[in-house]
Amino acid sequence: MTDFSQSSEATPTAKPKSESLFKMDARTKKRNAAETRFKFYGIVAIGIGLLMLVVLVTNIVTAGTGAFQQSFLDLNVELKADKLDKKGNRNIEDIKKVSTFGYAPLIASALESEVEKLGIQSGLTPKEMGKILSKAAQAELRNFVIANPGKIGETVSFRFLVNSRVDGYMKGRVSRESIANDKGISVEQLDFVDQLRNAGVLYKAFNPDFIFGTDASDQRPEAAGIGVAMLGSLFMMFVVLALALPIGVAASIYLEEFAPQNRLTDIIEVNISNLAAVPSIVFGILGLAVFINYMHLPTSAPLVGGLVLTLMTLPTIIISTRASLKAVPPSIRDAALGVGASKMQAVFHHVLPLAAPGILTGTIIGLAQALGETAPLLLIGMVGFIASNAPDGVVAGFLSPNSAMPAQIYEWSKRADPAFYERAWGGIIILLIFLVTMNTIAVILRRRFERRW
Amino acid sequence: MDSKAIKIAANKVQVHYGDTHAIKDVDVEIEDKTVTAFIGPSGCGKSTFLRCLNRMNDTIDICRVQGDILLDGEDIYDKRVDPVQLRAKVGMVFQKPNPFPKSIYDNVAYGPRIHGLARNKAELDEIVEKSLRRGAIWDEVKDRLDAPGTGLSGGQQQRLCIARAVATEPEVLLMDEPCSALDPIATAQVEELIDDLRSRYSVVIVTHSMQQAARVSQKTAFFHLGNLVEYGETGQIFTNPEDPRTESYITGRIG
Repeated sequence: MTDFSQSSEATPTAKPKSESLFKMDARTKKRNAAETRFKFYGIVAIGIGLLMLVVLVTNIVTAGTGAFQQSFLDLNVELKADKLDKKGNRNIEDIKKVSTFGYAPLIASALESEVEKLGIQSGLTPKEMGKILSKAAQAELRNFVIANPGKIGETVSFRFLVNSRVDGYMKGRVSRESIANDKGISVEQLDFVDQLRNAGVLYKAFNPDFIFGTDASDQRPEAAGIGVAMLGSLFMMFVVLALALPIGVAASIYLEEFAPQNRLTDIIEVNISNLAAVPSIVFGILGLAVFINYMHLPTSAPLVGGLVLTLMTLPTIIISTRASLKAVPPSIRDAALGVGASKMQAVFHHVLPLAAPGILTGTIIGLAQALGETAPLLLIGMVGFIASNAPDGVVAGFLSPNSAMPAQIYEWSKRADPAFYERAWGGIIILLIFLVTMNTIAVILRRRFERRW
Repeated sequence: MDSKAIKIAANKVQVHYGDTHAIKDVDVEIEDKTVTAFIGPSGCGKSTFLRCLNRMNDTIDICRVQGDILLDGEDIYDKRVDPVQLRAKVGMVFQKPNPFPKSIYDNVAYGPRIHGLARNKAELDEIVEKSLRRGAIWDEVKDRLDAPGTGLSGGQQQRLCIARAVATEPEVLLMDEPCSALDPIATAQVEELIDDLRSRYSVVIVTHSMQQAARVSQKTAFFHLGNLVEYGETGQIFTNPEDPRTESYITGRIG
């Protein structure tokens, strides 16, 4: 082949005897070198990608695992009747009149007696000692008393959260040097913390409240949890699934199987593809204008969030559904029509079941996308809402203000206290676990049911 | 010779695919209880014409059919005719075996189910067995009716498709190159089956193989470039064609 041009000029007999196959000619060498180079580039590209992934995952894991642990202090608190129920008649309304502030002395004296019992000499006043505890401790105590008024007068043992600075000290984030200008905590208090730790009453433990709990004000990062935001996301996903799946599938089936091929359907098709590329914040402002300002649906509600995310997810579902409908061989439709099935029977009895795994995969990926979406939620007020209470009931779950997981993460990351930073990373871990799980399910479904005809 | 009733009569049929004039002025009369073969080179329109006979071309947007096609004297392109009802009467077997990805039983039972031909399970079982017997595949699959139809060999799949087509009790059976994807043994089995089917149905078969046309059909139509060139007794077409184009084709000079 290579010496074809030469041989055509020379006489056939003068054609040199071809080279041995064992020897590589110059052209082959060049070709092989090019191939080797290309393979090398490919490996480098994959290597860079993998490196990024490893860096990302290690970063997230190292920064975020701390959020799943929290420092606690065990205390036996005497619920003094003269402080909590001055009238002594155990009337719940009277007990409720004692504000969280009124519980502070109880905790302070409990800590004082604990210190005495352990024989710790700190030189701190009881008030200073009490400051190592979280402000959430008083609220926790009050909630307990209101729930169990019968326990007033008894001594009950509690596990209190400690202040985020102390927690940071336990986790190595806060050191004696770094608190030089910090009014929230002093070196003496850290010495006191060390003594309590050595005594075994102050310790780090797994904190389920981070996963299941409510968000807290920006004064109490140690008490903040992502649980309510998770519920918000869950309710939004219900809305997205209930709306986007039927609408998307119906639209795709009509477009793919029934609609005539003309200018109008072409325009619709192009626009659906365009819609998939529209920045999500545009859907957010649309949601604000239509659902909140015009329709007067409640602000920050998962219902509105779900509606906005439905708009965003629809194109994804329509595109993947149409692709999986297209992938069903036309011979199946012919077969059904050939035995006298109507068009709709052919689609619903034969085409749709075959396309179902693909539709499901597309839907799950669309949902995962919606789950991680933050920008549209900014504009409908789900970002910035402090999800400090779990919704009471299903209707409230849809209609009462809530946050969503990515919104909660964003919210934490912009708060001043560095302790929230750790929680933002922790939230990202939880979000990623959800996304990876959903995508894995999608992959498994696709593998399992792929092309059985 | 022409003692048999006319099942399908086509009169001045024109088919356009967009700008392409695929079928030009075709007149043909297909007899009942006869195997009619359509032969011709690729792209001559024989499959297109076949698909007109049960309005499968309706599913193609750009396809337009003009002229009359009468089934038992009724115009199948009349506005009052529902193509779904027509296809129950005029069954079709396709080039590539295309069983549904369901069990063998469900493949055959699907047609009777949607047309309400069976009132209960026992009747349906009976229809399935009868159809599979007519498809000459009963003995091979009777023990595994729950197995997927797609798991059969190519020839078995095609016979299953024939069984599926006859399960709806059609009057005409259209076959679009039913053996082109099959090996010689499976082809022989299907051909034998076609010969059996002739006793009940009017069979129209499109084929690329002239030997096959000669073996299975009583009447043959030769299509060329969208025209029906010659139509007559199979024996006569192959031994003594009137048109020079037919002769060229069957002797292998065009095609």
